[in-house]
This record gives sequence, structure tokens and C-alpha cells, in this order.
Amino acid sequence: MQETMAPLLPQATPLVEAEAGTSLWQDAWHRLRKNRMAVASAVILAVLSLLSVLAPWIAPYSYEEQNLALRAVPPQSGHWLGTDALGRDQLTRLLYGGRVSLMVGIVATGVALVIGVTYGAISGFYGGMVDVVMMRTVDIIYALPFTIFVILLMVFFGRDIRLMFVAIGAVEWLTMARIVRGQVQSLQKQEFIEAARALGMRQRRIIFVHMLPNVLGPIIVYATLTVPAVMLLEAFLSFLGLGVQPPMSSWGLMIKDGADRMEECPWLLVAPGVTLALTLFCLNFLGDGLRDALDVRTSKD
Amino acid sequence: MFRFIAKRFLEMIPVLFIIATITFFMVRLAPGGPFTTEKSIPPEIQKKLEAFYGLNRPLFQQYLDYMGNLLKGDLGPSFKYATWSVNELIWSAFPVSLELGCYGLAIALILGLGAGVVASLRQNSALDHISMSLAMVGICVPTFVLGPLLILMFGLGLGWVNASGWDSWRDRILPSLTLGFFYAAYIARLARGGMLEILNQEFIRTARAKGASRQRVILKHALKGGLLPVVSFLGPAVADIITGSFVVETIFQVPGLGRFFVTAAFNRDYTMVIGTVLFYAVLIILLNLVVDVVQVWLNPRLRFE
Repeated sequence: MQETMAPLLPQATPLVEAEAGTSLWQDAWHRLRKNRMAVASAVILAVLSLLSVLAPWIAPYSYEEQNLALRAVPPQSGHWLGTDALGRDQLTRLLYGGRVSLMVGIVATGVALVIGVTYGAISGFYGGMVDVVMMRTVDIIYALPFTIFVILLMVFFGRDIRLMFVAIGAVEWLTMARIVRGQVQSLQKQEFIEAARALGMRQRRIIFVHMLPNVLGPIIVYATLTVPAVMLLEAFLSFLGLGVQPPMSSWGLMIKDGADRMEECPWLLVAPGVTLALTLFCLNFLGDGLRDALDVRTSKD
Repeated sequence: MFRFIAKRFLEMIPVLFIIATITFFMVRLAPGGPFTTEKSIPPEIQKKLEAFYGLNRPLFQQYLDYMGNLLKGDLGPSFKYATWSVNELIWSAFPVSLELGCYGLAIALILGLGAGVVASLRQNSALDHISMSLAMVGICVPTFVLGPLLILMFGLGLGWVNASGWDSWRDRILPSLTLGFFYAAYIARLARGGMLEILNQEFIRTARAKGASRQRVILKHALKGGLLPVVSFLGPAVADIITGSFVVETIFQVPGLGRFFVTAAFNRDYTMVIGTVLFYAVLIILLNLVVDVVQVWLNPRLRFE
């Protein structure tokens, strides 16, 4: 009996909290704060972001500054993480690489958000033939070898970082569109939407003012989980030599350099590898924590 | 069921047509060409080469020719590997990718399902925490970090296996592990989640109440439903594992299709690029179809539309 009752308990607790008169957001915030892993992740991410943003001011060197006397030296005072084969300070390049990752993460996720949310909301709101056609299109695009297209785009149309933002964003919007569509569809039949309609509101106003705020939870969760996917894709492209171009720095680029000479200088591989993994780790934990806190079932749709 | 599959096959035709068209014009719009090299070729020879491959004709005419050949299943001659046709190149390189993919998939399934199911049966135990933390690490460490690290440890450090190549069975261990580990981690999480959800449901309690053994409850009742999330993930995952091994192939010097594709894109080997993209697309669509069928088989509530 003990065993069978236990799983029922967690479902009962939110009810009690709701009676205390907390809003969904306060409730979610409360639950998120209790999730130690998520909070720790958020703090680490905040520190990493801050360091990256401030890179031009706090980095000890410039990202392309070479010290030919100290090439490929292991970590030591003055060069805390050592230098690469061209005598550039590894810590500095790591900080600048963080800027690129952060920027790609935010901009490409933003592109994916704008396309995905608009597309999904329209499809879910209008339903009928519009919905069928729009969602069938998404299904078909899903079946395309997208990484391959991104690679092609980057190979052919000059490794421009802005192009990379757009290309990655254009890949990642599909799931977002599906999630938003499902949510909007389920909102359609609720009374407050009926009421808004009865009041004669314009459709655009209903979608953007009444529906989207109610879909915000899943959107936030999915966006948090898109950021690591996007960063990974950037690092992957840079690793293949298709993303950020030297002498600019990027974690993927540094991992590539490190992998090429890992036998003599393993620190060149370890530092960017660990930093990238740690960032992805934190983003995933934060995303999971947010999902638990907002209790949305994104995977079901 | 037959109608469902037939319908999907019919849908494939316009999709492939669109992909072929987009790729064709995208490749051509790109700057550079297959015969633009650092060493300049004498103009007469360049002209002859272009004439030989039909590159001197109007673009739209070339497109029509390509599509005509495509209908016959002919992907054309490779521009870079003289005397080789794209069909031959794909069929010589793909088995390597397929083999690597199968090992990766086997590792992913064995490790992932094992860890996930065991973790779900012993929820909140040390075993659960350890395997789920490992899974999180597996998801967060990208293949292009994991691969070099494994080489560093087992290849260069301990000297157990070769760092690269594709000759003996020992060369196959590290690439397969690198490829399969991420998917193992993902599958472990999905399997655990799915199993936990099913194990809390009424029909499991009923089965237990009726006195079914623990083994029977798990094997006969829980697994089928609990592994559904894994199956829906497997569609894209299998396609990814088999098509997406560029990185692993590059790191470990495996002569598979992924490496050919990247080289072809850099070399502007037009026909090879389009051919590989189409080949991958067919593969992905077919794999998704298989997964859809398996899913319905596992969960009769989903009916074929």
C-alpha cells in the first residue's frame, strides 16, 4: 500500500499551494527556487555570460595577440589556461568564444522563436485547411536532412556569422511551431477566448493579447532547451571550419585546434571542451527545472 | 495499413522533387566551380572539361538533363573522382557509414534501454542517480569533444586501440562508442520517464493485484507502453546516427559517406552533393515511415490516418 500511495502525493501538493492564493508564476518561481540544480545552473550561466560579455574589458590579452616566445605552453602564471600553437592566450580566447556562443544562442533562438511562435499560433488559431496545409508542410520539412543543408549553406555562401544565425534559427523553429499550435488549439474552446470573440475583438488581438500569454510557459521552457541545441550546432559548424572564422575565437574552433594537437598539448582540448560541456549541462538543467516548475508536457505534443 | 504506406510513398515523390530542385540551384548559385582550383587549368582544357560534363549549356537545360537522368535513377558522373559515377561512390562509401551506424545504434540501445529501465525500477536509488547523471553528461558532451577525449585516453594514453583508421575490429570500438553514447544517454532518459509513467498506472496495479510476478508485470505489461517515447525518438535518431556521422568519420578517419559529402561540398562536386542529399533524404523518409508503423503496432490507440 505504501508503495502505491507514494506516487499520488506529489500530484496533491500543487492543489494545496493553489489554495494559498499564489499565481501560476509565483508558484513556478517557488518551485524553481527549491530545485537546487536549476538554481546552481542559473548562477553558473549568469557568471559565464557576464564574463563573456565583459571579455573586451577583463580579458588579459586581445584574442589575436600572439606571444611568439610562449607558444603552446601549458597553464602557468600570466597564462592561466596556457597558450595555443600561435602563442595566443587560451583564457582570453575562451572568453571571446563565449561571446560568440552566447550571441548565437540568443539570436538564433530568437529567430526560431519568432518564426515558430507566429507560424504555430496562426496554424492553431485558424484550424481547418490552413492548419492541415501548414502542419503538413512542417512534417515534410522535418523529414529533410537539415544539418546537411546548413552545412551546404555555410560551405557555399561564405561563412558569414550573420548567415549562421539565420541558418540555425531556420532549422530550429519547427518543434516550436508544433508546440505552440497544440497549445493554441486547446485554448480555442475556452470561455475567455469565446468571450473575447463575443466582444468582437480582432483576430490578431485575440491571438497576441489573449492566447500567447497563456502559452508562454511551454515557449519559455522550449526556448531554454533550444539555446543549448543552437550552441552545439554553432560549435559543430566551427569545428568543421564552417562557422566562425579565425582569428576570431569560438569554442568549436578551439576544440578543433585542441583536437588537432591533443597529443602534445591536451590542455588546448580540455579547457574549451569542459567549458562547452558545462554550459550545455547548465542550460539543460535549467530547462528541465523550468519544465518541472511550470509543469508543461512539451514532449507529449 | 497498406494504403497508409502507399500514401506515404506517393508523398515522397514531390518532396524529393523539391529537394532535388532546391539543392540543384543552391549548388549552382554558390561561387566557385568544380574546376576552379588553385593551380589554374589551361582555358582550352577547362572548356573541354566543361563541355564533357555539360556545364557549358544553359543552366535550365542542365537542370532538365539532371532531372531526366534522376528519373532513371542515375545520379550522374562525379566531377571530382574522374571515371566514378555518383551511384558507385555512394554504394562504396555508404556500407561503411551503415556499419558504423549499426554499431552506434546497438550501443545506444543496449546501454540506453538497460540504464533507463533499471533506473526506473529502482527510482531514487543510488543506481538511478548515477545512471541519470551519466546520461546528463552524455547529452552535454558533444561528439567532437568526446571523440578526441576517448582517443586521448584509450588510443594515445593507454594504447589499447588505434587512434584512427578503419581496418581491424579494434578500430571500430572508439568511433562506435563516440557515435552511440549521446543517443544512449537520451534513450536512457526517455526510457526511464516512459517507464515511470506507465508503472504508476492503474492497469499495472491491477496486474500486480492479480498476483502477476514482478517479472511478468515488467516484461508483459509495462515495457510495451513504457518504451513508446523511445520509439518515437528512434525515428529521427536512427536517421541521425546513420546520416550524421560526419564528425565521427572526420575525427577517426573513417572512409564513410559523411566524409565524402563534406569533401564534395568543399570541392563543389555538384552531382555528388545533390546525390548525397537525395540519398540521405530518401533514407530519412523511409526510416520515419518504419517508425510510424512500429509506433502504431505498439500503441493501437494511434490509428493510421
